[in-house]
Amino acid sequence: MSVLLNRRTVVTGLILFAVLFPFVTRNDYVIHIMTLSFIWMIGVYGLNLLAGYTGYLSLAHAGFFAVGAYSLGLLTVEAGVNFWLALILACLFTGILGFLIGMIALRTREHFFAIYTLCVGYIIYLVIYKWDGLTGGVRGLIGIPAPSNIGPISFTSSISQYFLVLFFLLLTIFFIYRIVHSLTGRTFMAIRNSEDLALTLGISTMKNKLVSFVLSTIFAGLAGALYAGFVRFIGPDIGYITITFDLLIYLLIGGIGTMSGPIVGTLLIVWLSQYLQFLQDYRMLVFGPLLAFLIIFYPWGIVGIFQQWKQKRQARKARSIHQEENRKDEVELDAGVSADQEQVREG
Amino acid sequence: MFLQTKGLTKQFGGLVAVNKVDFTVEKGKINAIIGPNGAGKTTFFNLISGFHPPSAGQVIFKGRDITHLPPDQIARLGIARTFQTTHLFEQSTVLDNVIVGHRLRTSSTLWDAIFRTARHQREEKQCRDKALDVLDFVGLTDAADRLVAGLTQEAKKRAAFALALATDPEVVFLDEPAAGVNPDETDGLAELIRKMVERGVTVCLIEHKMQMIMNLADKIMVLNFGEKIAEGTPHEIMNNEDVIRAYLGGNAIA
Repeated sequence: MSVLLNRRTVVTGLILFAVLFPFVTRNDYVIHIMTLSFIWMIGVYGLNLLAGYTGYLSLAHAGFFAVGAYSLGLLTVEAGVNFWLALILACLFTGILGFLIGMIALRTREHFFAIYTLCVGYIIYLVIYKWDGLTGGVRGLIGIPAPSNIGPISFTSSISQYFLVLFFLLLTIFFIYRIVHSLTGRTFMAIRNSEDLALTLGISTMKNKLVSFVLSTIFAGLAGALYAGFVRFIGPDIGYITITFDLLIYLLIGGIGTMSGPIVGTLLIVWLSQYLQFLQDYRMLVFGPLLAFLIIFYPWGIVGIFQQWKQKRQARKARSIHQEENRKDEVELDAGVSADQEQVREG
Repeated sequence: MFLQTKGLTKQFGGLVAVNKVDFTVEKGKINAIIGPNGAGKTTFFNLISGFHPPSAGQVIFKGRDITHLPPDQIARLGIARTFQTTHLFEQSTVLDNVIVGHRLRTSSTLWDAIFRTARHQREEKQCRDKALDVLDFVGLTDAADRLVAGLTQEAKKRAAFALALATDPEVVFLDEPAAGVNPDETDGLAELIRKMVERGVTVCLIEHKMQMIMNLADKIMVLNFGEKIAEGTPHEIMNNEDVIRAYLGGNAIA
């Protein structure tokens, strides 16, 4: 059991599964849904870095997602820029916008920050919706090219798109993992825990929050740009508040502030809503109570439940080892105990 | 002069929380601030550590005016503090809580984090070693891997001290270090505070436990309604009529 739960084994197994997945299903629709959920995951990881690890719940992330998507769309369609260059520029532009907004937004805290960013997200949506001349308004943007070839590799088939997105997802997870497990990550978590305490520890909270915010928006922008290249059509709806709440639901159900929460939550909800499609909008009657239940009883989501269970198991093991040692001490003290009695105890 | 306040004043609207307080923290000593509830003790700490900008007056640390510096820069200069409530992260281990305390003495950036540079490896080890060192100092080595949530109030206070010490401070401001701790454990904490001074860290504390203060402090300042009403050795304070009046109300009988 402990070998199976070893982190390295789990990670290798998951990557292997993700790589083999399209060859196993061979179903274009399933691959399409999976690719989309990978794109969402990148956005959720970005949100997790900020909301989960730094303690600032941003509700503007659909806006940044849309900024990434529209930047890529406009650069490729209107300006004729190469897809890859456009992808980099889209992330960069989202990051710069994130920096400017973060400078102001991060002066607020807690629910004020959430409300402020909610407004920012909605304003981004309105700008995209109303700025007909640039974004095409309600008609959206069509004819976004697929990622251009890299040497002999083309990205026209659904499988190749799947692997492209998987690559960026793994890159995102790698980055986030390294950040979280570093002094920078510890700094973010110190801010989440108590901003006042962090300040007295000599941490420049504004600088660190801004770094976290900008990174978070860049991941949202990357997800948006990949979405634009994958779906090839974007409308203002992708910047709407509901997308923010989708990302947030994935994060909360999977486990906010956990490394694997975004994967678990996104996969679960995306596939659950596929199976519940016959219910149409009544699906929310399933998700709503599920979310409420988790937040009340397991604020760290499904991954949190698993971690709690593991902690309890470890504590129990530590206790039983402790008891075993005590028993052995007693045995050593008691000179009269015969060898086979001892065997019985150990058995 | 080690650390000095000159005419330090803080007004919240019409309320004068701290009024023209002149105070010196003496290096290598245990300095204490006492006073009835609402006397402005914690506000006074907040002014020194940069959490509130003073309405008037100055804070001078080793000849430098630090009145308007932000809290993180004040911490970097070697002024640490603890809070009445420890502010520790309960769901994390003691060690993980304390490691970040030494972060201000490191310079690893995001780049170092992502590419795991030599500097990052070195500084991460430096922070961990520092944390283990201060945990040993406060006597929490055995609890290093336990969750803060499972600690006694006294152990949490020790962990908060450790966190403050991890910043390599020259002076530590302790806000009610013995609040919510039983008398036996209070003695243990007093012992630890003495040990901190022996190690070369100057201490300034706020405390309500009179017996503890009178035994511990080298120097005491008494605040009442934001004003300094007395300053001196424990013996002088005990016999000061103004102090007795402030604490007991009305006329002094002693």
